[in-house]
Amino acid sequence: MVSIFFYLFAFILIFSSVFVITAKNPVHSVFFLILSFFNATGLFVLMGAEFLAMLLLIVYVGAVAVLFLFVIMMLNIDFKSLRTGIMKNARLGLIIGVVLLAEIIFSIMGMHYGKDKILGTNLSVVSNEIENTRLLGNVLYTDYIYLFQTAGLILLVAMVGAIVLTHRKRDNVRKQDATKQVLRNKSETLNINDIEIGKGA
Amino acid sequence: MLNISLAHYLILSSIVFTIGIFGVFLNRKNLIIILMSIELMLLAVNINFIAFSTHLNLILGQVFALFVLTVAAAEAAIGLAILVVFFRSRGSIAVDDANNMKG
Repeated sequence: MVSIFFYLFAFILIFSSVFVITAKNPVHSVFFLILSFFNATGLFVLMGAEFLAMLLLIVYVGAVAVLFLFVIMMLNIDFKSLRTGIMKNARLGLIIGVVLLAEIIFSIMGMHYGKDKILGTNLSVVSNEIENTRLLGNVLYTDYIYLFQTAGLILLVAMVGAIVLTHRKRDNVRKQDATKQVLRNKSETLNINDIEIGKGA
Repeated sequence: MLNISLAHYLILSSIVFTIGIFGVFLNRKNLIIILMSIELMLLAVNINFIAFSTHLNLILGQVFALFVLTVAAAEAAIGLAILVVFFRSRGSIAVDDANNMKG
């Protein structure tokens, strides 16, 4: 049962990631990226990492993919011109990719860990009495608290950096000036006119 | 075939990683697709970490995968911000146009 789901998720993951890099329209690329993240989530659940699976969905599908979509739709980019010379690049990329994949797979096949071979053992869903999220939290807030805080700092720096980079002052935009609003008083802003009946307008 | 071992996950993640590298080569001009390819590579790394974490029955790998996730999110945000600024100044996102420094 687990193996059926593994092959299902794995094949959809591979095919959708191929479509991510080959799709003509970048919006379709983002959608295939979302699909591949969904399938990776399924794989994480199969491996027993539920917390990270949900985190992957929230962070990637909820934030990063939407960010990609916003940028693609906001900027008026001519994507046709960016696809020129794609076949020339494909040949070199294919050679390097195949060589790299062969190297990695050969090294995985020859991998040993200590005495017994690491790869043959069955990778089943871990069913501990203590659940995954609690297990992660137990070490994250104690042993790795400094690293955890640093991760938060990295996110803060990224946020400040992104805002500073993209913020710009525009001239013809009206903005609220709080000081000016507070300093207004009735005598200089309100005018009471006594108009006779029939003379108005 | 029916027994899913560590090697299955490792080979899957290496395939996804290679697709990510191939994507960088294939879309050498399109910065947005290059960023997406980097996300794919980081996803492959995360699959690797979690597979080893499950296999060795150590939570350490998942902690590291969490940090990889954090850095990936920060990197995407900064990368897209730089891309927006670059587009504003040049009117295109072609990597070849980034030649001010003549490196």
